[in-house]
Amino acid sequence: MCVRFNLSNDPGMSKENLVMSRASLALIVFGCFTFIAGCRVPPTSSIPDRQVPEGDPIRGRAIVASGAHGCTGCHAIPGIRARSGVVGPPLGGMAQRSFIAGQLPNTPNVLVEFLQDPPALVPRTGMPDVRVSLEEARDIAAYLYTLDAPHDP
Amino acid sequence: MLPIFIRWTPLMIRNSRSVPLLACVTLASCAGPQSALDPAGPSAASIHQLGIIMYIGASAVTLLVAVLMLVPFMRKNDSRANRKLFLWTGVLLPAVTLTALVPYVLAVGHETRTPASPNQLSIDVTGSLYWWSMSYRRTSELTEIATANELRLPVGEPVELSLRSNDVIHSFWAPNLAGKTDMIPGRVTRMVIQADRPGIYRGQCAEYCGLQHSLMAFDVIVLPRREFDAWLARLTQPVREPPAPELQQGRDLFVSIGCGECHTVRGVVESRRGPDLTQVGARRTIGAGTLPGGVGNIAAWIASAQHLKPGNAMRSYDQLEGPQLRALAYYLESLK
Ligand code: HEC
Ligand code: HEC
Ligand SMILES: [Cu+2]
Repeated sequence: MCVRFNLSNDPGMSKENLVMSRASLALIVFGCFTFIAGCRVPPTSSIPDRQVPEGDPIRGRAIVASGAHGCTGCHAIPGIRARSGVVGPPLGGMAQRSFIAGQLPNTPNVLVEFLQDPPALVPRTGMPDVRVSLEEARDIAAYLYTLDAPHDP
Repeated sequence: MLPIFIRWTPLMIRNSRSVPLLACVTLASCAGPQSALDPAGPSAASIHQLGIIMYIGASAVTLLVAVLMLVPFMRKNDSRANRKLFLWTGVLLPAVTLTALVPYVLAVGHETRTPASPNQLSIDVTGSLYWWSMSYRRTSELTEIATANELRLPVGEPVELSLRSNDVIHSFWAPNLAGKTDMIPGRVTRMVIQADRPGIYRGQCAEYCGLQHSLMAFDVIVLPRREFDAWLARLTQPVREPPAPELQQGRDLFVSIGCGECHTVRGVVESRRGPDLTQVGARRTIGAGTLPGGVGNIAAWIASAQHLKPGNAMRSYDQLEGPQLRALAYYLESLK
């Protein structure tokens, strides 16, 4: 195998091989990093009651991170690099929270409904209807339920 | 990342299979909405051409110098040959290339200085800390119609820009279209700009002007002539009475709360201290590139402008009630 750490002291290895192996080593290390980075978002919530079967948390994260709906402009969200908003509550720990907006039970159905039209459920809320579709709301909810800890570890 | 990239590049080149990959990565980084290496107009194209000549020329000179450094080692004590070499490559070569380059370089970018033709579209662009006002007028008409943080241009036509500043020196730079032109308080600088490809490009203030200099960007939207005319006609119209009661509420609040002290919504309020909001609902960004457009980001901006872009000239409206914030945001979003 070409992955060895003390490459330059190996007399049996030609220069060409050395170069190749270094390049492959770099590729493998790079691959490991991307793999580990890809693991940072757990695929589903760790809490059984907070599963959104039709939701895809990876897509949900992409929707939120794109900034297109303004989520990050109003909310601090751990793990998303953006100017973290101060208009609404931080969304870290959504998977553990008991209430949505302090008054609705935190269940998948309610959250999906809330995301699609917050004022319909909470008439005096400051969160506008930011026009997310049902599919988007499911993906976002699935993503929010992967936020276990209130803060990024 | 860069040192790793530099370190591994030669290795990857030897590993010939990764050469296409490397080429793709390098070339892909050249195209884009804010790149002088992806010209979309004659002025940027001539700058790009000059750039290529300079890159190739500089590489050739570097190579030549490296080779010449070996010459004295290889022919010791041949002073005649050395003198000849000195004459040819030290005096004649630079003299000829520089004489050829100077007139060429002086001509580069002349596209931005062509004289105005009658009935040419003319736009006043004014920089303020930290946003842009774009005001359209035709030489034949006197009415001026403003918008902000967004420059719409008809494709393939030279357009005259009159650049001004309200406070400090800014610089207008849309790299895909032309080089930088400074905006100097108390002066009007002129430039002619032309876009030959419809599309969306990004411009940026290019003269450090304060804390939020990096968040002083604008979009350049290049449209076919018909679409451009339709857009300009729409921009001229006063805003229609909003159809829904919630939007009317937002409009009334917008007026009563004093947003009109700084903003214009054509036919509703008029002030030039802040960006014109007549079409803010169609804007691709909010706060001169701070956030993407849309109702959520408009609301976020209203409620926390100072948090999102500290030091900008609008305060955070962080003491509104929830329904008030929503009404304002829905109203502004409806202005398209
Ligand atoms: C204009 C600002 C704004 C935008 C944009 C916004 N929110 Fe909110 N959001 C709020 C406010 C304010 C609250 C608190 C609502 C309440 O308590 O009534 C809230 C509450 C929430 C809650 C409930 C949190 C809790 O702990 O009670 C969730 C979840 C949420 N928002 C998700 C989102 C997502 C996802 C987006 C993007 C699609 C988004 N928000 C966009 C302002 C905003
Ligand atoms: C003191 C003057 C002032 C007042 C009052 C004011 N604004 Fe602004 N507003 C500004 C300035 C200046 C900017 C540009 C800030 C920047 O991007 O640096 C701005 C930007 C904006 C933008 C983003 C526009 C764009 O194209 O990016 C919106 C939306 C906006 N204001 C809405 C409002 C609303 C709604 C109110 C009333 C609640 C209001 N403003 C009151 C000065 C003001
Ligand atoms: Cu600047």
